[in-house]
Amino acid sequence: MRKDGLHDPKSPAIKQLQEPREALSRLPPDTTGNMVRWVQALETGVIQPRPSLKPGVEAEILDRDILLDLKGSMPIILFPHKRHTQWLACANCHDGVFEKQTGATKMSMFQILAGEQCGICHGAVSFPLTECFRCHSVVRPGQVKPAIPPGLPRSHNLPGPP
Amino acid sequence: MKLAGALFAAVIMALVAVPAAAEYADVVLNKRSEKEGVRPVVFPHWFHRIRFQCRVCHHELGFKMRVGANDVTMNEISEGKFCGACHNGDIAWGADRCDLCHSGKPGLPTGIFGGHETGGPGRW
Ligand code: HEC
Ligand code: HEC
Ligand code: HEC
Ligand code: HEC
Ligand code: HEC
Ligand code: HEC
Repeated sequence: MRKDGLHDPKSPAIKQLQEPREALSRLPPDTTGNMVRWVQALETGVIQPRPSLKPGVEAEILDRDILLDLKGSMPIILFPHKRHTQWLACANCHDGVFEKQTGATKMSMFQILAGEQCGICHGAVSFPLTECFRCHSVVRPGQVKPAIPPGLPRSHNLPGPP
Repeated sequence: MKLAGALFAAVIMALVAVPAAAEYADVVLNKRSEKEGVRPVVFPHWFHRIRFQCRVCHHELGFKMRVGANDVTMNEISEGKFCGACHNGDIAWGADRCDLCHSGKPGLPTGIFGGHETGGPGRW
Protein backbone atom coordinates (compact mmCIF):
# COMPACT_ATOMS: atom_id res chain seq x y z
CA MET A 1 0.00 0.00 0.00
CA ARG A 2 2.95 2.22 0.76
CA LYS A 3 4.13 1.71 -2.81
CA ASP A 4 0.85 1.34 -4.68
CA GLY A 5 1.09 4.79 -6.24
CA LEU A 6 -2.20 5.90 -4.70
CA HIS A 7 -1.56 6.13 -0.97
CA ASP A 8 0.71 8.79 0.43
CA PRO A 9 3.53 6.84 2.09
CA LYS A 10 3.68 9.64 4.67
CA SER A 11 0.02 9.27 5.63
CA PRO A 12 -0.57 8.00 9.16
CA ALA A 13 -3.32 5.76 7.72
CA ILE A 14 -0.80 3.45 6.03
CA LYS A 15 -0.31 1.52 9.22
CA GLN A 16 -4.05 1.24 9.89
CA LEU A 17 -5.55 0.40 6.52
CA GLN A 18 -5.88 -3.24 5.53
CA GLU A 19 -3.56 -4.58 2.81
CA PRO A 20 -5.63 -6.01 -0.10
CA ARG A 21 -3.58 -9.19 0.03
CA GLU A 22 -4.62 -9.85 3.59
CA ALA A 23 -8.33 -9.70 2.80
CA LEU A 24 -8.38 -11.10 -0.73
CA SER A 25 -6.06 -14.08 -0.32
CA ARG A 26 -8.84 -15.91 1.54
CA LEU A 27 -11.18 -15.66 -1.47
CA PRO A 28 -11.32 -17.92 -4.57
CA PRO A 29 -8.40 -16.95 -6.83
CA ASP A 30 -8.64 -15.55 -10.35
CA THR A 31 -6.15 -14.65 -13.07
CA THR A 32 -7.12 -11.02 -13.48
CA GLY A 33 -8.81 -7.96 -11.95
CA ASN A 34 -8.90 -8.22 -8.17
CA MET A 35 -7.54 -11.77 -8.56
CA VAL A 36 -10.80 -12.85 -6.97
CA ARG A 37 -13.64 -14.86 -8.55
CA TRP A 38 -16.38 -12.82 -6.93
CA VAL A 39 -19.18 -15.02 -8.25
CA GLN A 40 -17.64 -18.02 -6.52
CA ALA A 41 -16.90 -16.04 -3.39
CA LEU A 42 -20.64 -15.40 -3.06
CA GLU A 43 -21.63 -18.90 -4.07
CA THR A 44 -19.41 -20.59 -1.51
CA GLY A 45 -20.53 -18.16 1.18
CA VAL A 46 -17.00 -17.02 2.14
CA ILE A 47 -18.38 -13.50 1.80
CA GLN A 48 -21.92 -12.38 2.59
CA PRO A 49 -22.20 -8.75 1.54
CA ARG A 50 -25.28 -7.02 2.93
CA PRO A 51 -28.07 -6.23 0.45
CA SER A 52 -29.24 -3.11 2.29
CA LEU A 53 -28.56 -0.81 5.21
CA LYS A 54 -32.15 -1.34 6.37
CA PRO A 55 -32.70 -4.46 8.42
CA GLY A 56 -34.84 -7.21 6.91
CA VAL A 57 -34.61 -6.00 3.30
CA GLU A 58 -33.89 -8.90 0.93
CA ALA A 59 -32.20 -8.63 -2.44
CA GLU A 60 -34.51 -9.04 -5.44
CA ILE A 61 -32.94 -11.90 -7.40
CA LEU A 62 -34.01 -12.69 -10.96
CA ASP A 63 -32.92 -16.10 -12.26
CA ARG A 64 -33.16 -15.64 -16.00
CA ASP A 65 -30.41 -16.11 -18.58
CA ILE A 66 -30.46 -13.98 -21.70
CA LEU A 67 -28.71 -14.92 -24.93
CA LEU A 68 -27.39 -11.97 -26.90
CA ASP A 69 -25.94 -11.62 -30.36
CA LEU A 70 -27.36 -14.63 -32.09
CA LYS A 71 -25.99 -13.68 -35.49
CA GLY A 72 -22.34 -12.70 -34.77
CA SER A 73 -19.06 -14.49 -35.34
CA MET A 74 -17.90 -14.79 -31.72
CA PRO A 75 -19.54 -17.38 -29.47
CA ILE A 76 -23.00 -16.27 -28.25
CA ILE A 77 -23.17 -14.12 -25.11
CA LEU A 78 -24.95 -15.54 -22.11
CA PHE A 79 -26.03 -12.79 -19.74
CA PRO A 80 -26.96 -14.30 -16.35
CA HIS A 81 -29.49 -12.12 -14.45
CA LYS A 82 -28.92 -14.18 -11.33
CA ARG A 83 -25.23 -13.35 -11.04
CA HIS A 84 -26.00 -9.69 -11.50
CA THR A 85 -29.01 -9.32 -9.23
CA GLN A 86 -27.02 -10.97 -6.44
CA TRP A 87 -25.07 -7.69 -6.42
CA LEU A 88 -27.11 -5.09 -8.26
CA ALA A 89 -30.57 -3.51 -8.29
CA CYS A 90 -32.71 -3.69 -11.42
CA ALA A 91 -32.48 0.11 -11.61
CA ASN A 92 -28.71 -0.06 -12.10
CA CYS A 93 -29.44 -1.39 -15.59
CA HIS A 94 -33.16 -0.91 -16.35
CA ASP A 95 -34.17 1.11 -18.21
CA GLY A 96 -31.31 3.58 -18.31
CA VAL A 97 -28.69 1.21 -19.72
CA PHE A 98 -30.69 -1.75 -21.09
CA GLU A 99 -34.31 -2.18 -22.18
CA LYS A 100 -36.39 -4.79 -20.36
CA GLN A 101 -36.91 -6.72 -23.55
CA THR A 102 -34.45 -9.13 -25.10
CA GLY A 103 -33.04 -7.75 -28.32
CA ALA A 104 -34.42 -4.23 -27.84
CA THR A 105 -31.12 -2.62 -26.84
CA LYS A 106 -28.63 -1.98 -29.60
CA MET A 107 -25.35 -3.26 -28.18
CA SER A 108 -21.90 -3.31 -29.66
CA MET A 109 -18.46 -4.40 -28.56
CA PHE A 110 -17.16 -0.99 -29.59
CA GLN A 111 -19.36 0.81 -27.07
CA ILE A 112 -18.58 -1.79 -24.44
CA LEU A 113 -14.86 -1.20 -24.87
CA ALA A 114 -15.53 2.53 -24.57
CA GLY A 115 -16.95 1.94 -21.09
CA GLU A 116 -20.65 1.89 -21.94
CA GLN A 117 -23.24 -0.91 -21.55
CA CYS A 118 -21.55 -4.02 -20.09
CA GLY A 119 -18.33 -1.97 -20.00
CA ILE A 120 -19.67 0.36 -17.32
CA CYS A 121 -18.81 -2.33 -14.77
CA HIS A 122 -16.68 -4.86 -16.64
CA GLY A 123 -13.25 -3.39 -16.85
CA ALA A 124 -13.80 -0.87 -14.08
CA VAL A 125 -14.88 -3.00 -11.12
CA SER A 126 -15.95 -6.45 -12.36
CA PHE A 127 -13.83 -8.89 -14.37
CA PRO A 128 -12.23 -7.02 -17.27
CA LEU A 129 -13.04 -7.09 -20.98
CA THR A 130 -9.92 -9.07 -21.81
CA GLU A 131 -11.86 -12.14 -20.61
CA CYS A 132 -13.83 -12.54 -23.85
CA PHE A 133 -15.12 -16.03 -23.20
CA ARG A 134 -16.70 -15.38 -19.85
CA CYS A 135 -19.35 -13.38 -21.76
CA HIS A 136 -19.07 -15.04 -25.17
CA SER A 137 -19.57 -18.39 -23.51
CA VAL A 138 -22.03 -20.32 -25.69
CA VAL A 139 -20.24 -21.73 -28.71
CA ARG A 140 -21.86 -21.95 -32.14
CA PRO A 141 -21.85 -25.19 -34.13
CA GLY A 142 -18.30 -25.99 -35.21
CA GLN A 143 -16.62 -23.77 -32.58
CA VAL A 144 -14.49 -25.28 -29.83
CA LYS A 145 -15.34 -24.14 -26.33
CA PRO A 146 -12.39 -22.20 -24.93
CA ALA A 147 -11.43 -23.20 -21.41
CA ILE A 148 -11.41 -20.62 -18.62
CA PRO A 149 -8.13 -21.22 -16.80
CA PRO A 150 -8.14 -21.86 -13.05
CA GLY A 151 -7.05 -19.05 -10.74
CA LEU A 152 -3.32 -18.57 -10.21
CA PRO A 153 -1.81 -19.77 -6.95
CA ARG A 154 -1.93 -17.02 -4.37
CA SER A 155 1.84 -16.77 -4.12
CA HIS A 156 1.89 -15.51 -7.71
CA ASN A 157 -1.01 -13.22 -8.14
CA LEU A 158 -1.54 -10.69 -5.39
CA PRO A 159 0.57 -7.58 -5.15
CA GLY A 160 2.36 -6.62 -1.97
CA PRO A 161 4.42 -8.61 0.49
CA PRO A 162 3.21 -12.16 1.16
CA MET B 1 25.23 -23.79 -17.12
CA LYS B 2 25.80 -20.84 -14.83
CA LEU B 3 24.15 -18.56 -17.35
CA ALA B 4 21.17 -20.87 -17.68
CA GLY B 5 20.86 -20.90 -13.88
CA ALA B 6 20.90 -17.12 -13.69
CA LEU B 7 18.36 -16.91 -16.47
CA PHE B 8 16.14 -19.40 -14.73
CA ALA B 9 16.41 -17.41 -11.50
CA ALA B 10 15.53 -14.21 -13.36
CA VAL B 11 12.45 -15.80 -14.88
CA ILE B 12 11.33 -17.09 -11.48
CA MET B 13 11.90 -13.64 -9.99
CA ALA B 14 9.84 -12.05 -12.75
CA LEU B 15 7.01 -14.48 -12.06
CA VAL B 16 7.09 -14.15 -8.31
CA ALA B 17 7.85 -10.47 -7.86
CA VAL B 18 4.48 -8.94 -8.67
CA PRO B 19 5.05 -5.19 -8.64
CA ALA B 20 3.11 -3.30 -6.00
CA ALA B 21 0.37 -1.35 -7.75
CA ALA B 22 -2.99 0.15 -6.93
CA GLU B 23 -5.56 -2.55 -6.26
CA TYR B 24 -8.06 -3.08 -9.09
CA ALA B 25 -10.95 -0.55 -8.93
CA ASP B 26 -9.60 1.77 -6.25
CA VAL B 27 -11.21 5.20 -6.67
CA VAL B 28 -9.46 8.51 -5.99
CA LEU B 29 -11.75 11.44 -5.14
CA ASN B 30 -10.06 14.78 -5.42
CA LYS B 31 -12.45 17.40 -6.71
CA ARG B 32 -12.01 19.64 -3.71
CA SER B 33 -9.83 17.87 -1.15
CA GLU B 34 -6.42 19.10 -2.17
CA LYS B 35 -7.65 22.58 -3.00
CA GLU B 36 -8.90 22.76 0.57
CA GLY B 37 -5.71 21.51 2.10
CA VAL B 38 -6.30 17.81 2.78
CA ARG B 39 -4.99 14.70 1.00
CA PRO B 40 -7.13 13.19 -1.80
CA VAL B 41 -9.58 10.45 -0.74
CA VAL B 42 -8.90 6.80 -1.64
CA PHE B 43 -12.02 4.62 -1.81
CA PRO B 44 -11.31 0.85 -2.01
CA HIS B 45 -14.06 -1.08 -3.89
CA TRP B 46 -12.59 -4.47 -2.93
CA PHE B 47 -12.82 -3.69 0.78
CA HIS B 48 -16.42 -2.50 0.61
CA ARG B 49 -17.79 -5.17 -1.75
CA ILE B 50 -16.76 -7.88 0.69
CA ARG B 51 -19.23 -6.27 3.12
CA PHE B 52 -21.90 -4.64 0.92
CA GLN B 53 -23.53 -5.40 -2.39
CA CYS B 54 -23.19 -2.75 -5.09
CA ARG B 55 -26.88 -1.88 -4.73
CA VAL B 56 -26.33 -0.42 -1.26
CA CYS B 57 -24.17 2.41 -2.57
CA HIS B 58 -25.24 2.62 -6.18
CA HIS B 59 -28.99 2.38 -5.53
CA GLU B 60 -29.96 3.03 -1.89
CA LEU B 61 -27.40 5.76 -1.28
CA GLY B 62 -27.55 7.15 -4.79
CA PHE B 63 -23.88 7.07 -5.81
CA LYS B 64 -23.92 7.34 -9.62
CA MET B 65 -21.74 4.75 -11.36
CA ARG B 66 -19.37 7.20 -12.95
CA VAL B 67 -16.22 8.41 -11.34
CA GLY B 68 -16.49 12.10 -10.60
CA ALA B 69 -20.25 12.20 -11.23
CA ASN B 70 -21.13 12.56 -7.55
CA ASP B 71 -20.66 15.85 -5.81
CA VAL B 72 -19.63 14.61 -2.42
CA THR B 73 -18.84 17.25 0.16
CA MET B 74 -17.66 16.96 3.73
CA ASN B 75 -20.83 18.71 4.94
CA GLU B 76 -23.04 16.06 3.37
CA ILE B 77 -20.90 13.30 4.83
CA SER B 78 -21.29 14.80 8.29
CA GLU B 79 -25.05 15.00 7.69
CA GLY B 80 -25.15 11.27 6.99
CA LYS B 81 -25.21 11.28 3.19
CA PHE B 82 -22.87 9.33 0.85
CA CYS B 83 -19.94 7.89 2.84
CA GLY B 84 -21.55 9.36 5.94
CA ALA B 85 -24.48 6.94 5.73
CA CYS B 86 -22.09 4.35 7.15
CA HIS B 87 -19.11 6.30 8.44
CA ASN B 88 -21.09 7.67 11.33
CA GLY B 89 -19.59 5.80 14.26
CA ASP B 90 -22.37 3.23 14.00
CA ILE B 91 -22.04 1.00 10.91
CA ALA B 92 -18.38 2.03 10.49
CA TRP B 93 -15.99 4.39 12.25
CA GLY B 94 -16.96 8.04 12.09
CA ALA B 95 -16.15 11.02 9.91
CA ASP B 96 -13.77 12.36 12.56
CA ARG B 97 -11.08 9.91 11.45
CA CYS B 98 -9.95 12.15 8.62
CA ASP B 99 -6.72 10.36 7.73
CA LEU B 100 -8.30 6.99 7.01
CA CYS B 101 -10.20 8.44 4.04
CA HIS B 102 -7.86 11.28 3.15
CA SER B 103 -4.87 9.00 2.58
CA GLY B 104 -4.05 9.67 -1.09
CA LYS B 105 -0.87 10.85 -2.67
CA PRO B 106 -0.99 14.59 -3.32
CA GLY B 107 -1.46 15.49 -6.97
CA LEU B 108 -3.60 12.51 -7.99
CA PRO B 109 -6.61 13.33 -10.18
CA THR B 110 -10.12 11.98 -9.51
CA GLY B 111 -10.37 8.63 -11.26
CA ILE B 112 -10.50 4.85 -11.06
CA PHE B 113 -7.17 3.06 -10.78
CA GLY B 114 -5.54 -0.31 -10.51
CA GLY B 115 -5.03 -3.51 -12.43
CA HIS B 116 -2.91 -4.04 -15.50
CA GLU B 117 -6.07 -4.13 -17.62
CA THR B 118 -7.41 -0.81 -16.49
CA GLY B 119 -4.50 1.26 -17.77
CA GLY B 120 -5.50 1.06 -21.42
CA PRO B 121 -7.45 3.39 -23.65
CA GLY B 122 -10.91 4.41 -22.51
CA ARG B 123 -11.85 3.24 -19.11
CA TRP B 124 -10.44 -0.29 -18.92
C1 HEC C 1 -22.53 1.03 2.94
C2 HEC C 1 -21.71 1.50 4.02
C3 HEC C 1 -20.44 2.28 3.66
C4 HEC C 1 -20.33 3.36 2.82
C5 HEC C 1 -21.42 4.06 2.03
C6 HEC C 1 -18.94 3.73 2.84
N1 HEC C 1 -18.23 2.89 3.66
FE1 HEC C 1 -16.23 2.92 4.00
N2 HEC C 1 -16.40 1.35 5.26
C7 HEC C 1 -17.59 0.74 5.65
C8 HEC C 1 -17.31 -0.28 6.64
C9 HEC C 1 -18.34 -1.17 7.34
C10 HEC C 1 -15.92 -0.25 6.86
C11 HEC C 1 -15.14 -1.12 7.85
C12 HEC C 1 -15.19 -0.42 9.19
C13 HEC C 1 -14.50 -1.15 10.29
O1 HEC C 1 -13.60 -1.95 10.02
O2 HEC C 1 -14.85 -0.87 11.43
C14 HEC C 1 -15.38 0.77 5.97
C15 HEC C 1 -14.03 1.07 5.88
C16 HEC C 1 -13.51 2.06 5.07
C17 HEC C 1 -12.10 2.36 4.91
C18 HEC C 1 -10.96 1.64 5.60
C19 HEC C 1 -10.54 0.42 4.85
C20 HEC C 1 -9.43 -0.30 5.58
O3 HEC C 1 -8.43 -0.61 4.92
O4 HEC C 1 -9.58 -0.57 6.78
C21 HEC C 1 -11.99 3.44 4.07
C22 HEC C 1 -10.72 4.11 3.61
C23 HEC C 1 -13.33 3.82 3.70
N3 HEC C 1 -14.23 2.96 4.30
C24 HEC C 1 -13.64 4.88 2.87
C25 HEC C 1 -14.91 5.21 2.45
C26 HEC C 1 -15.21 6.35 1.59
C27 HEC C 1 -14.21 7.34 1.07
C28 HEC C 1 -16.55 6.30 1.37
C29 HEC C 1 -17.41 7.24 0.51
C30 HEC C 1 -16.93 7.48 -0.84
C31 HEC C 1 -17.08 5.16 2.09
N4 HEC C 1 -16.06 4.52 2.73
C32 HEC C 1 -18.43 4.78 2.10
C33 HEC C 1 -18.83 1.03 5.14
C34 HEC C 1 -19.12 2.01 4.21
C1 HEC D 1 -18.75 -8.13 -20.47
C2 HEC D 1 -19.12 -9.05 -21.51
C3 HEC D 1 -18.26 -9.12 -22.77
C4 HEC D 1 -16.90 -9.35 -22.86
C5 HEC D 1 -15.92 -9.59 -21.72
C6 HEC D 1 -16.57 -9.34 -24.27
N1 HEC D 1 -17.71 -9.11 -25.00
FE1 HEC D 1 -17.81 -9.00 -27.05
N2 HEC D 1 -19.78 -8.54 -26.95
C7 HEC D 1 -20.51 -8.43 -25.78
C8 HEC D 1 -21.85 -7.94 -26.12
C9 HEC D 1 -22.97 -7.70 -25.12
C10 HEC D 1 -21.88 -7.77 -27.52
C11 HEC D 1 -23.03 -7.22 -28.39
C12 HEC D 1 -23.98 -8.28 -28.76
C13 HEC D 1 -25.07 -7.80 -29.68
O1 HEC D 1 -24.75 -7.38 -30.80
O2 HEC D 1 -26.22 -7.86 -29.28
C14 HEC D 1 -20.57 -8.16 -28.01
C15 HEC D 1 -20.22 -8.19 -29.37
C16 HEC D 1 -19.00 -8.59 -29.86
C17 HEC D 1 -18.65 -8.71 -31.27
C18 HEC D 1 -19.58 -8.44 -32.44
C19 HEC D 1 -20.53 -9.58 -32.64
C20 HEC D 1 -19.89 -10.86 -33.13
O3 HEC D 1 -20.08 -11.89 -32.46
O4 HEC D 1 -19.20 -10.87 -34.15
C21 HEC D 1 -17.36 -9.13 -31.32
C22 HEC D 1 -16.53 -9.40 -32.57
C23 HEC D 1 -16.88 -9.25 -29.96
N3 HEC D 1 -17.89 -8.93 -29.10
C24 HEC D 1 -15.61 -9.64 -29.62
C25 HEC D 1 -15.12 -9.71 -28.31
C26 HEC D 1 -13.74 -10.00 -27.98
C27 HEC D 1 -12.65 -10.31 -28.97
C28 HEC D 1 -13.66 -9.93 -26.62
C29 HEC D 1 -12.40 -10.10 -25.73
C30 HEC D 1 -11.31 -9.22 -26.03
C31 HEC D 1 -14.98 -9.64 -26.11
N4 HEC D 1 -15.84 -9.50 -27.17
C32 HEC D 1 -15.30 -9.53 -24.76
C33 HEC D 1 -20.07 -8.71 -24.50
C34 HEC D 1 -18.76 -8.97 -24.13
C1 HEC E 1 -26.40 -5.83 -14.97
C2 HEC E 1 -27.53 -5.33 -15.69
C3 HEC E 1 -28.93 -5.87 -15.40
C4 HEC E 1 -29.58 -5.94 -14.18
C5 HEC E 1 -29.05 -5.56 -12.82
C6 HEC E 1 -30.91 -6.44 -14.47
N1 HEC E 1 -31.04 -6.66 -15.81
FE1 HEC E 1 -32.75 -7.28 -16.78
N2 HEC E 1 -31.74 -7.29 -18.57
C7 HEC E 1 -30.42 -6.92 -18.74
C8 HEC E 1 -30.06 -7.10 -20.14
C9 HEC E 1 -28.68 -6.85 -20.75
C10 HEC E 1 -31.23 -7.56 -20.80
C11 HEC E 1 -31.37 -7.83 -22.30
C12 HEC E 1 -31.75 -6.52 -22.94
C13 HEC E 1 -31.79 -6.53 -24.43
O1 HEC E 1 -31.53 -7.56 -25.07
O2 HEC E 1 -32.09 -5.46 -25.00
C14 HEC E 1 -32.27 -7.68 -19.78
C15 HEC E 1 -33.57 -8.10 -20.02
C16 HEC E 1 -34.56 -8.16 -19.07
C17 HEC E 1 -35.93 -8.57 -19.32
C18 HEC E 1 -36.48 -9.04 -20.65
C19 HEC E 1 -36.39 -10.54 -20.67
C20 HEC E 1 -37.02 -11.16 -21.88
O3 HEC E 1 -37.27 -12.35 -21.78
O4 HEC E 1 -37.19 -10.47 -22.89
C21 HEC E 1 -36.61 -8.49 -18.12
C22 HEC E 1 -38.08 -8.82 -17.86
C23 HEC E 1 -35.66 -8.03 -17.13
N3 HEC E 1 -34.44 -7.85 -17.73
C24 HEC E 1 -35.97 -7.83 -15.79
C25 HEC E 1 -35.07 -7.49 -14.81
C26 HEC E 1 -35.41 -7.39 -13.40
C27 HEC E 1 -36.78 -7.59 -12.81
C28 HEC E 1 -34.25 -7.07 -12.74
C29 HEC E 1 -34.02 -6.90 -11.25
C30 HEC E 1 -34.41 -8.01 -10.41
C31 HEC E 1 -33.20 -6.97 -13.77
N4 HEC E 1 -33.73 -7.24 -15.01
C32 HEC E 1 -31.88 -6.65 -13.50
C33 HEC E 1 -29.58 -6.45 -17.78
C34 HEC E 1 -29.85 -6.33 -16.42
C1 HEC F 1 -23.94 -2.51 -13.35
C2 HEC F 1 -22.76 -3.34 -13.43
C3 HEC F 1 -22.72 -4.46 -14.46
C4 HEC F 1 -23.11 -4.39 -15.78
C5 HEC F 1 -23.68 -3.21 -16.54
C6 HEC F 1 -22.85 -5.70 -16.34
N1 HEC F 1 -22.30 -6.53 -15.39
FE1 HEC F 1 -21.76 -8.50 -15.64
N2 HEC F 1 -21.24 -8.60 -13.68
C7 HEC F 1 -21.31 -7.57 -12.77
C8 HEC F 1 -20.87 -8.05 -11.47
C9 HEC F 1 -20.79 -7.21 -10.19
C10 HEC F 1 -20.54 -9.41 -11.62
C11 HEC F 1 -19.99 -10.35 -10.54
C12 HEC F 1 -18.57 -10.77 -10.86
C13 HEC F 1 -17.51 -9.68 -10.82
O1 HEC F 1 -17.72 -8.62 -10.23
O2 HEC F 1 -16.42 -9.88 -11.40
C14 HEC F 1 -20.79 -9.74 -13.02
C15 HEC F 1 -20.60 -10.99 -13.59
C16 HEC F 1 -20.84 -11.32 -14.91
C17 HEC F 1 -20.65 -12.63 -15.49
C18 HEC F 1 -20.06 -13.81 -14.76
C19 HEC F 1 -21.00 -14.90 -14.43
C20 HEC F 1 -20.28 -16.10 -13.85
O3 HEC F 1 -20.99 -17.07 -13.60
O4 HEC F 1 -19.06 -16.09 -13.66
C21 HEC F 1 -20.98 -12.53 -16.81
C22 HEC F 1 -20.96 -13.63 -17.85
C23 HEC F 1 -21.37 -11.16 -17.06
N3 HEC F 1 -21.27 -10.46 -15.89
C24 HEC F 1 -21.76 -10.67 -18.29
C25 HEC F 1 -22.25 -9.39 -18.52
C26 HEC F 1 -22.75 -8.93 -19.81
C27 HEC F 1 -22.78 -9.73 -21.08
C28 HEC F 1 -23.13 -7.63 -19.62
C29 HEC F 1 -23.78 -6.69 -20.63
C30 HEC F 1 -24.95 -7.19 -21.33
C31 HEC F 1 -22.88 -7.28 -18.23
N4 HEC F 1 -22.33 -8.38 -17.60
C32 HEC F 1 -23.14 -6.06 -17.66
C33 HEC F 1 -21.71 -6.27 -13.02
C34 HEC F 1 -22.20 -5.80 -14.23
C1 HEC G 1 -19.48 1.38 -0.20
C2 HEC G 1 -19.99 1.95 -1.40
C3 HEC G 1 -19.80 1.26 -2.74
C4 HEC G 1 -20.02 -0.06 -3.06
C5 HEC G 1 -20.50 -1.19 -2.14
C6 HEC G 1 -19.76 -0.20 -4.46
N1 HEC G 1 -19.37 1.00 -4.99
FE1 HEC G 1 -18.96 1.42 -6.93
N2 HEC G 1 -18.44 3.32 -6.45
C7 HEC G 1 -18.51 3.87 -5.19
C8 HEC G 1 -17.96 5.21 -5.22
C9 HEC G 1 -17.84 6.15 -4.03
C10 HEC G 1 -17.57 5.47 -6.56
C11 HEC G 1 -16.96 6.76 -7.13
C12 HEC G 1 -18.06 7.72 -7.48
C13 HEC G 1 -17.60 9.10 -7.87
O1 HEC G 1 -16.43 9.28 -8.21
O2 HEC G 1 -18.43 10.03 -7.85
C14 HEC G 1 -17.90 4.27 -7.31
C15 HEC G 1 -17.73 4.12 -8.69
C16 HEC G 1 -18.12 3.03 -9.42
C17 HEC G 1 -18.07 2.92 -10.86
C18 HEC G 1 -17.60 3.99 -11.83
C19 HEC G 1 -16.29 3.62 -12.43
C20 HEC G 1 -15.94 4.47 -13.61
O3 HEC G 1 -15.18 3.97 -14.44
O4 HEC G 1 -16.39 5.61 -13.75
C21 HEC G 1 -18.55 1.68 -11.18
C22 HEC G 1 -18.71 1.07 -12.56
C23 HEC G 1 -18.88 1.00 -9.95
N3 HEC G 1 -18.61 1.84 -8.90
C24 HEC G 1 -19.38 -0.29 -9.87
C25 HEC G 1 -19.60 -0.97 -8.70
C26 HEC G 1 -19.97 -2.37 -8.64
C27 HEC G 1 -20.18 -3.27 -9.84
C28 HEC G 1 -20.10 -2.67 -7.32
C29 HEC G 1 -20.45 -4.02 -6.70
C30 HEC G 1 -19.61 -5.13 -7.07
C31 HEC G 1 -19.81 -1.47 -6.56
N4 HEC G 1 -19.51 -0.47 -7.43
C32 HEC G 1 -19.89 -1.38 -5.18
C33 HEC G 1 -19.02 3.26 -4.06
C34 HEC G 1 -19.38 1.93 -3.96
C1 HEC H 1 -15.56 8.47 5.31
C2 HEC H 1 -14.51 9.12 4.60
C3 HEC H 1 -14.11 10.55 5.01
C4 HEC H 1 -13.69 10.97 6.24
C5 HEC H 1 -13.55 10.13 7.51
C6 HEC H 1 -13.37 12.37 6.11
N1 HEC H 1 -13.57 12.77 4.82
FE1 HEC H 1 -13.25 14.66 4.10
N2 HEC H 1 -14.00 14.07 2.29
C7 HEC H 1 -14.39 12.79 1.96
C8 HEC H 1 -14.83 12.77 0.58
C9 HEC H 1 -15.32 11.55 -0.19
C10 HEC H 1 -14.68 14.10 0.10
C11 HEC H 1 -14.93 14.60 -1.34
C12 HEC H 1 -13.61 14.40 -2.05
C13 HEC H 1 -13.32 15.29 -3.20
O1 HEC H 1 -13.99 15.20 -4.23
O2 HEC H 1 -12.33 16.05 -3.11
C14 HEC H 1 -14.16 14.88 1.20
C15 HEC H 1 -13.85 16.24 1.12
C16 HEC H 1 -13.22 16.98 2.10
C17 HEC H 1 -12.79 18.35 1.96
C18 HEC H 1 -12.99 19.22 0.73
C19 HEC H 1 -14.04 20.28 0.93
C20 HEC H 1 -15.40 19.77 1.31
O3 HEC H 1 -15.94 20.29 2.30
O4 HEC H 1 -15.93 18.87 0.68
C21 HEC H 1 -12.19 18.71 3.14
C22 HEC H 1 -11.57 20.04 3.51
C23 HEC H 1 -12.26 17.55 4.03
N3 HEC H 1 -12.90 16.51 3.36
C24 HEC H 1 -11.77 17.51 5.30
C25 HEC H 1 -11.95 16.45 6.18
C26 HEC H 1 -11.60 16.49 7.59
C27 HEC H 1 -10.95 17.68 8.28
C28 HEC H 1 -11.94 15.29 8.11
C29 HEC H 1 -11.86 14.82 9.57
C30 HEC H 1 -12.58 15.66 10.52
C31 HEC H 1 -12.49 14.48 7.02
N4 HEC H 1 -12.49 15.22 5.87
C32 HEC H 1 -12.92 13.16 7.15
C33 HEC H 1 -14.38 11.68 2.78
C34 HEC H 1 -14.03 11.69 4.11
